[in-house]
Amino acid sequence: MTRPGCGMTSQEILDTYFLENRARLLEIASFLDRMDRAADAGAGDYRCRAFQRALGLLAEPGAGRTKAIQLSFSDQSSEPVASALGLKATGAWKGGGDAGD
Amino acid sequence: MQVIDPHIHMTSRSTDDYLALACAGVHTVAEPAFWPGFDRSGAASFHDYFQQLTVAEPARAARFKIRHYCWIGMNAKEAEQLELAREVLAIMPQYLERPTALGIGEVGLNKNSRNEITVFEEQVELAAQRKELLLIHTPHLEDKLKGTRIIIDILKNEPRIPPGRVLIDHAEEHTIGEIKENGFWCGLTLYPDSKGSPARAVDAVEIFGPERICINSSADWSVSDPMATLKSANEMRRRGHPEALIARIFHGNPGEFLGQSPKFDALP
Repeated sequence: MTRPGCGMTSQEILDTYFLENRARLLEIASFLDRMDRAADAGAGDYRCRAFQRALGLLAEPGAGRTKAIQLSFSDQSSEPVASALGLKATGAWKGGGDAGD
Repeated sequence: MQVIDPHIHMTSRSTDDYLALACAGVHTVAEPAFWPGFDRSGAASFHDYFQQLTVAEPARAARFKIRHYCWIGMNAKEAEQLELAREVLAIMPQYLERPTALGIGEVGLNKNSRNEITVFEEQVELAAQRKELLLIHTPHLEDKLKGTRIIIDILKNEPRIPPGRVLIDHAEEHTIGEIKENGFWCGLTLYPDSKGSPARAVDAVEIFGPERICINSSADWSVSDPMATLKSANEMRRRGHPEALIARIFHGNPGEFLGQSPKFDALP
């Protein structure tokens, strides 16, 4: 079976999705502003750096942004961890990019 | 519209949710065994849980003419406790014999640890011996890519388990391709924060094709939505997809995968 594709024109996509994604963009801007207003602004948690890298990928042209952002947040290692005790998922890999802290 | 939700944790939901699902057209659900939000103290708790999955929950669903099936397994999170996990594996066969138990699941990895891998491999062996279907849980968030690849490697090294009898769940944009390319079924979970949205799930159907894709709510005790499958069906309709394709994704595909168990009846 062939892939169904997106049956909408770009105009239809804008008519359907522009407002809700405009709102999401403003939420992201507001989140970043809130970080800048924090008492310890600029402390540089690894999640902040991961988020900034993802924002760069968002501005890249082409249709692979979602996968690229998923990969940028992902643990790229292949060895099992010794124990899962005390570990939890945070949404970004601490070892990704310039790990820093 | 007739819908099968192939992954939903009704033991964590209210009876009102059954009524809402029934009114909206969800006539069949399949519930994998999972981590209930806290670590259990011993194997006796799993006896009670498997009893709930195979007896109490089908009866609760039947009040609303919803057919309730389940999966039996040792979840990845509690698998870190190796001794407990092996006690649970020892009691699983008696529950896999129950008339609504479709196979072993949801089993897999959570943080990609050595103990999790050991317990997963032992459950894969059990599935191979018993010729059971497998429903696989993949890790959350940043651990998903690595865990999915480890799981695929383990399964590819087990020739007794055909990939078409395995559904690898909680797939997202960076793992769907590898899952489908290796012949497995692919599950897309709809969570508001930590997994996919209806729009992204429909994007995936458009990008990767409808073959071997199932969409589920995985609604449980945390932030989740038991009506998410219906919202995704509506998203397809909103984009102009034909009703036949919508029916395939929300009824045909889950029916085809689950129907590999002779215990499953996909008729509405």
